[in-house]
Amino acid sequence: MTQEQTEAINTGQTESRNRALWRALGPPVIGAVIGFVIGALLILMAGANVQEAYTAMLRGAFGGSRQITETVLKAAPLLLVGLGLTVAFRARVWNIGGEGQFFVGALIGAVIALNFPDWPRPLLLSIMLLGGVVGGMLWAMLAGVMKIKWGVSEIISTLMFNYIAILLVQYMARGPLQEPGGYLPQSAQFVPEARLPLLFDSRIHAGVILAVILVAVVYGLLWATPLGFRLRMVGSRSSVARYAGVSVEKSILFVMAFSGGLIGLAGIIEVSTQLTRLKGDISGGFGFAGILVALLGRMHPLGVAIASILFAALIIGSESMHVVSGLPNSLADAIQAVIVLSVLAVDALARRRQK
Amino acid sequence: MLTKTNEPVVQMRGIVKRFPGVVANARVDFDLQPGEIHTILGENGAGKTTLMKILYGLHAADEGEIRLRGKPVSFTSARDAIAQGMGMVHQHFMLVNPFSVADNIILGQPSSRKPLMDDPKLIHQRIRTLSEQYGLIVDPEVEVGKLSVGQQQRVEILKTLYRGAEILILDEPTAVLTPQEVADLLPILHRLTEEGKSIVFISHKLDEVLKVSERITVLRDGEVVGVTPASDVNKADLARMMVGRDVILKVAKEPAQPKEARLQLTDVWVDSDRGLPALRGLNIEVRAGEILGIAGVAGNGQSELEETIAGLRKVKSGQITICDHDTTRSTPRDVGRFGLAHVPSDRYKMGLLPDFSVAENMFLQRIGESPFTQRGVLDWKAIHQQAQGLINAFNVRGATVNTPAASLSGGNAQKMILARELDRKPQVLIAAQPTRGLDVSAIEYVHSQLVEQRDAGLAILLISTELDEILALSDRIAVMYEGEIMGIVDAADADIDDIGLMMTGSKPTNGQTRGTL
Ligand SMILES: Nc1ncnc2c1ncn2[C@@H]1O[C@H](COP(=O)(O)OP(=O)(O)O)[C@@H](O)[C@H]1O
Ligand SMILES: [Mg+2]
Repeated sequence: MTQEQTEAINTGQTESRNRALWRALGPPVIGAVIGFVIGALLILMAGANVQEAYTAMLRGAFGGSRQITETVLKAAPLLLVGLGLTVAFRARVWNIGGEGQFFVGALIGAVIALNFPDWPRPLLLSIMLLGGVVGGMLWAMLAGVMKIKWGVSEIISTLMFNYIAILLVQYMARGPLQEPGGYLPQSAQFVPEARLPLLFDSRIHAGVILAVILVAVVYGLLWATPLGFRLRMVGSRSSVARYAGVSVEKSILFVMAFSGGLIGLAGIIEVSTQLTRLKGDISGGFGFAGILVALLGRMHPLGVAIASILFAALIIGSESMHVVSGLPNSLADAIQAVIVLSVLAVDALARRRQK
Repeated sequence: MLTKTNEPVVQMRGIVKRFPGVVANARVDFDLQPGEIHTILGENGAGKTTLMKILYGLHAADEGEIRLRGKPVSFTSARDAIAQGMGMVHQHFMLVNPFSVADNIILGQPSSRKPLMDDPKLIHQRIRTLSEQYGLIVDPEVEVGKLSVGQQQRVEILKTLYRGAEILILDEPTAVLTPQEVADLLPILHRLTEEGKSIVFISHKLDEVLKVSERITVLRDGEVVGVTPASDVNKADLARMMVGRDVILKVAKEPAQPKEARLQLTDVWVDSDRGLPALRGLNIEVRAGEILGIAGVAGNGQSELEETIAGLRKVKSGQITICDHDTTRSTPRDVGRFGLAHVPSDRYKMGLLPDFSVAENMFLQRIGESPFTQRGVLDWKAIHQQAQGLINAFNVRGATVNTPAASLSGGNAQKMILARELDRKPQVLIAAQPTRGLDVSAIEYVHSQLVEQRDAGLAILLISTELDEILALSDRIAVMYEGEIMGIVDAADADIDDIGLMMTGSKPTNGQTRGTL
C-alpha cells in the first residue's frame, strides 16, 4: 500500500469516529434546540417573557434539592416503564400497553395492601410488589398469547387492553374498593406498613433505588446473557433467529412478561409511595410517556435513564413555568410536547438519511 | 475491427476516489471508443460502480479528469450527464413499481406542453418505436411491478434511450437475470452498438464478458490491472488478472468414498406457503463422504426442501431421519443437535444478522454453550477469540470481530456463514445456493471447502440452480421437478441432455430400461 493510501485510511478513520459521536448526539440536541425555539414563539404569542419562562422551567426542575427530589420522583416510574419497554422493543415487540399494565399492577398491589393491613411490613411490601409485577405481567402476556396463537397485532391488542385496565381501576375505585363512607373515587389510605420506606430523610423512596438497580439488570440481561442475545436476535430479524434455533414465540412471551412486570412494578410503587391509596386516575400517562422515554433513550438502559430524568424535568419544569410566569397550563403542556416531538422528529430524519 | 484512431467518446484519466477507510479508485484510466462494448471486470469491491458513478456525475472524483468526445467535463449531477447523452442502468433498479412502463420512462422528463403532460398516445408510440428498433420488447402501458426482473431491466434501458443516451453504462446487468434472460440480453447489446451507441458493461462473470465485449479493463482493489481486447484472453487469464493469482475454475476431486446413510427422506410431502403441495413424496438419501446435488430450475421445491430438513417447515407425511434420529417433527434447534448444519440459500433472510457483529454472527446457535457462556454469563473475550480464529481460518477479509456483518461483501459474508456452520462439527450439511452472487475467488474457496469436507466424511446435500455447480461438485445428482425427484444419476456418467430433459419434467428413458431391452 502506498503512503498516500495509508494516510487516506488513517484520516478516514478519525473522520468516521467523530462522525459516530456527532451521529449519536447531534440530532437530539438539534431537535431540542428547535423545540425550544418553537416553544419560545408560543410563549411570545401568549404575551409572556421567554427568558423568564424558561428560567422558571429550569429552576423548577433543578433549582434546589426540593425541585431535584420532585424530578427524581417523576423520573423513577418513567425509568421503570422505559426499561421494561426497552427489552420488548429490542425484540421488536411493540408493547404500547404500558398504561394498562401500570394500572393493573397498581390495582393488584392495592388490593393486597387494603386486605392485609396487619401483615408484618416486610411481608406485606414484598407481596404487594410481587402482586404488582405479576399483575402487569399477566396483563401483557395476554396480548402476547393472542399474537402467538392468532397473529393479533400486539400494537392493537395492548392499546385496547389499556382502556379495559383504566376503566377497571376507575370502577374499582368508585365501587368495591372505594373508601367506606367516602365520596371521592378513591380507596382508603394504605396503612403506613404498606408504603415503601423513605430514604436519606427525604421523599426519595426505596422504589427509586430499585429502578436504578434495574438499569444494571436490564443492561446485563441484554448484553451479558444468552437470553438477551436471543431476544436481540429476534428483534434484528426473526427469520434468522428461527433458523438459528430460537423460539420466536417464547421470546415474544418473555418480553411481554418482562416489560409488563416492570411496568406493573412501577404502578404499585407509584400508589404505594406518591398516592398512598388507589385512585381512579393514578398514572398521569406514565405508560405512554415511557414509550417516548424508551425511544429517546435509544433502547439502551443508560440512555433510558438519562431520557427519564430529562423527561421528568420537562414535566416538572413546565408546571412551574405555568405557576411562575403565568402561562396557561395547556400552553405549558403544548411546549413540553413540541420539544419532545422535535427531538424525535429530528432523530428520525437523521436516521432515515443515514440509510 | 474497431478503428482505434477514432477519438474516444469517453476518456477518464488518473481518477482517484477515497471513501473513509478505502481508496475505491486509485489513479484509474479508462477509455470508451465509439460503438464498442467495453467491459469493466473486477471482483466485488474493486471499484467498478464507483468509477461509473463518477463518470455519471453521481460522485465527485477527488483527483483526475474526464473528457467527453474530447472536451473536458465536470458533472455535478446525473442531470448534467444525461444532458450530454449518457445513461446508466444501476445495479439496483430505480423504478416506481405502481407506475406504468411509460410513466416510469417519462418520469423527470420535461413535458413539451407544460403544464400539461405530453399526450400519452404519442409517448406510447415513441416507446414502441424505440422498443422495436432495439428489440427491447415491453408493453408501455403495463404496470412496472407486474414485470419480471428481465423486463424491468429493459424498461431501464429504454428509459436511457428515450432520453437520447448515446453512451450506456450497465452496472452488473446480468447479476439479477436468469440464464435465459442473459442469453436474450446479449444480442440486444450488440444491436445497440450497431446503431452507434457505446456501452460500458460491468460484470464479474467471465463467460458472458468474453462473449459480449470488444475490450476489457480489469480492476483490482481500485487499480487498473490491465486493458485487453477480449479476443486476446481466455477465462483463466481474466480470472488471474482479477484475483491476482491463478484461480482454479473447476475443483479437482477424487471419487467419493461414501459410507453410512446420514440423511434420509422417505416419501416426504410438504405444502408451500400458499398451501399447495411443494414436495410430493420425496425420497432421497445422503451418505457420509458424498455430495448429493439437487439440480432443478428455481421454484421447483428447492427452498421447501431446504426448510423442511432444517426443521423450519411442517411435514405433512413421510419421514426424515438425520443420523438415525427421527427428525420429522423436530425444531431447528433439535436438528442442529442431531448433527445438521445449514448454509441457507437466502443469506440475508436466514443466514446472518446484518446489524450484529461478525463475532456475534459466528455463534448464533451456540451462544448459550461453553465457552461462549460461562455460568450463565456471556464471555465476550472467549467469543471474540474464537471468532478471530474462524476469521483467520476461513480468511474472511475485511472483517474484525466487531465489524457489523452488513458491511461484509457477499463472498466474505458467505465465508462467515460457512465458518459458523462447519465449526459446529456437523454430520450433515445442507449447502443451498452456496455461491449465489459470489465472485470467482469466493466461489473457488467455497467449492474447495465443500470438497474438503466431503473427503473428511461429511454428508453434503447441495441444492443449486446453477447446473455447472451441480456438475462440478456432486457425486450423485438428483433432478427435481415440481416437488418430485425425476431421477438420480451418478455424476460420473451423467448425460447433460438427460438432466436437462428431467429438469423440464420428462422422466428419463433411464438406463435400466435401455439395459434390459
Ligand atoms: N458511498 C460509499 N461510502 C463508502 N465506501 C464506499 C461507498 N461506495 C463504495 N464504497 C467502497 O468502495 C469500494 C469500491 O466499491 P464499488 O465501487 O461499489 O465496487 P464494485 O462495484 O466493484 O463492487 C468498496 O470497498 C466499497 O466498500
Ligand atoms: Mg458494484
